[in-house]
Amino acid sequence: MAQTVLHLAASRGLADHGWLKSNHTFSFSSYFNPERVQFGALRVLNDDEVEGGRGFGEHPHDNMEIISIALEGALQHKDSMGNVATIETGEIQVMSAGTGMYHMEYNKNEGEPVKFLQIWVFPNKRNVEPRYDQVKIESPAQPNQLVQILSPNPDDAGVWIYQDAWFNLGKLEKGSTVDYTIQKKNNGAYIFVIDGELEVNGQKLHIRDGYGIWETEGFTITAGTDAEVLIMDVPMEV
Amino acid sequence: MDTLTKILVIGTNEKILATVLRLLNTNESWRATGVSNAEEALQKCREQHYQILLIGAGLTDTEEHDLSRRIKEIHTDIHVIPHYGGGSGLLFAEIYLALGTTNQAQ
Repeated sequence: MAQTVLHLAASRGLADHGWLKSNHTFSFSSYFNPERVQFGALRVLNDDEVEGGRGFGEHPHDNMEIISIALEGALQHKDSMGNVATIETGEIQVMSAGTGMYHMEYNKNEGEPVKFLQIWVFPNKRNVEPRYDQVKIESPAQPNQLVQILSPNPDDAGVWIYQDAWFNLGKLEKGSTVDYTIQKKNNGAYIFVIDGELEVNGQKLHIRDGYGIWETEGFTITAGTDAEVLIMDVPMEV
Repeated sequence: MDTLTKILVIGTNEKILATVLRLLNTNESWRATGVSNAEEALQKCREQHYQILLIGAGLTDTEEHDLSRRIKEIHTDIHVIPHYGGGSGLLFAEIYLALGTTNQAQ
């Protein structure tokens, strides 16, 4: 029988630094909840909003797969590997921090906030050579289909990471359904509602709720309203 | 009596090691010391009792495993934690969990 965990949007840890408002689904920085540390290899899911012109100054990372998905606005990126880039709405950025790197991320626009998801996944290999990539998220061939935006395979759709993880995004019209099959034995899926209302196997979810499901081969999502969903399929053992 | 939690951090990236030490030492109940190689770590452990060994980036899998085994021979109760992320994101939760802390204010 499937195991599940529900994380309501309002139950997340809020860090309000004025220029940055970050809702932490899992323990992060000064937010610590021993019941909310990770979902398998998924360790960080931060729902960030940065005010115009502000951002994260240069800071280090190592041994982590760091994924950013821009939801509104644009992020300006610069790192110690020499990459300078802008991540626009509808793009996904990935960094394998490996042996260590520095980067800074700023809201490119002075007059409007940037909203993005910052996601950290434990790598399946420590101390790899740091790398950076970003891609535009493709539109689905048909309405109400999922689009793969991340996988473990460099030749597959979306970005890739050092982990047996697959991420899919879906824009669903009210009343539509989509079936999802877990990609690998012993993986689970963490479903995050970016917008709208959904049901997953009968569990109602609202905007920014999270729902983990594992020990199952798959599940069905039904959109209660027009909705946008992110499915993160990750190993449950790390 | 010294009640500080003593944390030894090993990492080969000097700047990241300095950042991790700075972050850890903002907690007045902790005292973190950094080293850049296994021999230095073992020497520190012979001189002083540490509750936690935090393994940062830069060691091979074999070096990490060997260091963990040799340090546990010196301090059988030490918590050996592979540190991920290199900054403040996971750092505090990793320490709280190792210490069995259930409240971040502790």
